Amino acid sequence: MKYLLIEDNQELADAISSRMRLDGHVIDHAAKLEDATAFVETGEYDLILLDIMLPDGDGRSFLKEHRASHLDTPVIILTARSQVLDRIDSLDLGADDYVTKPFDHAELEARCRAVLRRNAGKSQTVIVTGGVVFDPLAGHMAVHGQSLTLRNRELRLLELLINSPGQVFSKQKLSDRLFSYDDDVSENAIEVYIGRLRKHLENSDLKITTLRGLGYRLDHDT
Amino acid sequence: MTRNLPTSGSLRNHLVLTLIGGAAILALLLFFAIRNYATQVAQQGQDNILGASVTSILDAASIRDGTIEVDIPYASFSMLSTQSDDRIFYAIYQDETFLSGYPKLSLATVSGQESIFQSVKHRGKTVRLVTASRTLIGIEKRTQIRVALAQTQDALSGTLAQISRNAALFGTGFFALAALLSIWASSTTVGQLKRLTNSVTRRGPQDLSPFEKPVPSEMLPLVTSLNSLMQRLDHSLGQSEDFIAEAAHRVRTPLATVRSYAEATLQRVDKEENRQALRSMVRAIDESSRAAGQLLDHAMITFRADHLEHQNLDLVALVNELVVRLMPIAEMKDLELRFHSDAQITYSGDPVLIQNAVRNLIDNALKYSPSEGTVNILVTAAPNVHVRVCDSGNGFPSEELNTLATRFKRGKNAEGTIGSGLGLTIAMDVARAHGGNLQLSNGTEGGACALLSL
Amino acid sequence: MRIAIALVLWVLPQVIFAQEWEDRQLFNDHASEQKLRIISSTDTSFFTPIIKSFISKYPNVAVEYLVTGTADIDRIFRATPDAFDVVISSAMDLQLKIVNDGLARPVSNVPLPSWAQWRQSLFAFTSEPAAIVINREAFAGHPIPDTRQKLIEALRARPEIFRGRIGTYDVRKSGLGYLFATQDARASETYWRLMEVMGALDIRLYCCSGDMINDLSDGTIAVAYNVLGSYATARVESKGAIEIILPSNFPTTMMRTAMVSIDAPHFEDASAFIRHLIALQSGSEKAAFPLPPLNSKLNDVERSTIALEPALMTFLDTLKRRRFLAEWEDAVIQKQQK
Repeated sequence: MKYLLIEDNQELADAISSRMRLDGHVIDHAAKLEDATAFVETGEYDLILLDIMLPDGDGRSFLKEHRASHLDTPVIILTARSQVLDRIDSLDLGADDYVTKPFDHAELEARCRAVLRRNAGKSQTVIVTGGVVFDPLAGHMAVHGQSLTLRNRELRLLELLINSPGQVFSKQKLSDRLFSYDDDVSENAIEVYIGRLRKHLENSDLKITTLRGLGYRLDHDT
Repeated sequence: MTRNLPTSGSLRNHLVLTLIGGAAILALLLFFAIRNYATQVAQQGQDNILGASVTSILDAASIRDGTIEVDIPYASFSMLSTQSDDRIFYAIYQDETFLSGYPKLSLATVSGQESIFQSVKHRGKTVRLVTASRTLIGIEKRTQIRVALAQTQDALSGTLAQISRNAALFGTGFFALAALLSIWASSTTVGQLKRLTNSVTRRGPQDLSPFEKPVPSEMLPLVTSLNSLMQRLDHSLGQSEDFIAEAAHRVRTPLATVRSYAEATLQRVDKEENRQALRSMVRAIDESSRAAGQLLDHAMITFRADHLEHQNLDLVALVNELVVRLMPIAEMKDLELRFHSDAQITYSGDPVLIQNAVRNLIDNALKYSPSEGTVNILVTAAPNVHVRVCDSGNGFPSEELNTLATRFKRGKNAEGTIGSGLGLTIAMDVARAHGGNLQLSNGTEGGACALLSL
Repeated sequence: MRIAIALVLWVLPQVIFAQEWEDRQLFNDHASEQKLRIISSTDTSFFTPIIKSFISKYPNVAVEYLVTGTADIDRIFRATPDAFDVVISSAMDLQLKIVNDGLARPVSNVPLPSWAQWRQSLFAFTSEPAAIVINREAFAGHPIPDTRQKLIEALRARPEIFRGRIGTYDVRKSGLGYLFATQDARASETYWRLMEVMGALDIRLYCCSGDMINDLSDGTIAVAYNVLGSYATARVESKGAIEIILPSNFPTTMMRTAMVSIDAPHFEDASAFIRHLIALQSGSEKAAFPLPPLNSKLNDVERSTIALEPALMTFLDTLKRRRFLAEWEDAVIQKQQK
């Protein structure tokens, strides 16, 4: 997926970018509306993350122009203003969703997924590997034609592992991805989801290898 | 707001009284002016006749054989006949010697051709007295004949009484007409004010647009002030909203940055105690940002609830939209959001407030539900319009059920956790603003239920 | 001498205290100590029916009716207005001046038109023309003069018949005579010519109508000028010897008037009497009373009634009266003596 992030706060932009890249997305970052317009004119994006308060103008006016020129790229607004009022403004202007700062990255991810799912059909994102057909947007996977629906955390775990095959993920890292900070979970909780995924992948050529003391890794069963 | 303001009297009454008072004074002035004028005219008339009479008497004076003769013409007295049979008195003097007539009639000293008119008392009656003289030249001497002629004023008083009556009648008529006119004029004038009042009253609470309808020029300053007041009010309301939005921005942006740092750092740190510290930090940031958000939301809601904007809305669609929006959050936690509702519920209320209230309730439910649990949301109009949100968590701590209730009844959140309590407070405030209530309970099979009746 | 003194002593109180009344009568005397005193120039016989009618309506009122000449009435009443209740006179000028001088008290609710009353104080109750009354015998075979002009011609034609046989009022003594004379003189110069003719024929002068008509009836005089019609009418009914002529060119019509004294001791009774009198005289039942009624048809041009107006006082003016009497004497007496 190709995202355009329009955000003037460099630190926040970096944090969002690195997190998105981890999920296998391509991120272009624009710090002001001028750059953003240039990006939109030259490239094609699956999703735009738009901050409202920008140094050279209001994100909402950008959104308005964006919609006026019949660009239907979904937009999620990042706002630090009051939820009560911005909700109306943003959605009325044609935003697909909004996230209030500071946000949990997991929530942003979930919202991105939801928005992308609603606008699905435009770009194919199905991953086919090791006898597994995985559609991260729809949350489907099929093993040798046998289809099943993944729960959200299973989905995210698989997405993480399948995007970086052979890479070792520590329990902490996986935990960070799966749970919110206010979910008071022990690191062992991750084992439950690893167990479930292993079960789903039983008939495939993919398997999750446990490296004791280090973490987990997705391998092709050859 | 319907408190009776002290009034400084009625403008209409004041106008009517002033105009009628003015009319009364005018009518009185008119009455006296007419009467005074009529008196002068009537007096002039009497004087003219008296003058003519006395002249004719003087003309009849002559000296014959050294003796003064005054052959009073019959017409001299005849012309003094009046409707009221006024009495007449006269006296004829030669120099200082009384010749004939009424000796007690007092004479004015006259010389030359002039006649002197006086109003004097004679025999207890006010009479109009004219004195005139004529010098006769005899063979040996010059002699002065003086004639005084007086007439009572019964006819004059009668005429004056008649004129007074007519003038009074005229004055009264004038007054009555003026009074009617003034009542009409006042009503018309006050009518303009009433129309303005009506158009102010008919306005919705959010309508702060200036008055454009034409008004009489005298009311222009009032309407201009009113428009300016409303403009300022609109501006200051806008500023309040802007302030709250700005405050949220100011608080949240740095928090977002710090959180991003913390999170980024967390990715790179492996040492468990450091990770734990970072996690706590992120959690604290989330907690405070949520608290700040809710405090600001609460301020906004209090502000809006003060001048509630009623708007016809479909409650089902409204809550549904919210559920759809919260779906990603639920999914993220592997929670199921179940939405049940009537087909459509038309309700009059502030959609922003209601959505905020329901969102807080669902937020709470999502927060306290265990993973892979269910949150049930019911919107129904039977028996009354309400939204019920139930989770599959542990429920409210039973000993805190009442405390929670009393706590947000007071609208305070001085103690305990910041987040959830204020969310409920917001929901409660919104319900109250719409004439409803918020009830908390625990389900029979566990789980907390919040019932927002509107 | 004694007799003379006694006579003086007897006469004096009569003059000072009792007046010399032509007539004095009491009506309903026993009814009350308080008598309604009426001073009048009208003979008692004319007033008796009226007074009786009044008494029948007001039986508790006693009436004293005093008769004297018009000039005397003026003099007596002005001296003692508190001695009389009602003043009745044929001398309209004197009556009017009394009212003008404030000696009459207004009476309300007297139903008379304004020309028949003055200041609600002086009320007219008869209309009586001044007449020329002749003895038919003197005019036998001759045309009866119906104007003053024709009378002059008749007198000049036969001076031997009329010398010493013409009568009229002595205007110096009779108030009514003076009124008639002044009104005649005002109306036409014919009056003076008539007076000169009459003066040349040794005119006889009378104080009162009664004497004049008596002399006329028995033929002492042949012509009486300016006689009160009512008195003459009374005689016409008894004797056929005389004829009453109302001069057609300018008849002088007098109205008898009544008033209530300003100091009337019995004001209420006096007012009642006035109202009763007016009601009788202006009502339709005139036949019952000997006095002629108030003629309501006064808009008749020929019947110039003397108006009740302040102008009546003109000839009462001292200078004017002096001058008039001088002229009158010139016409009537001087020539008589020549």
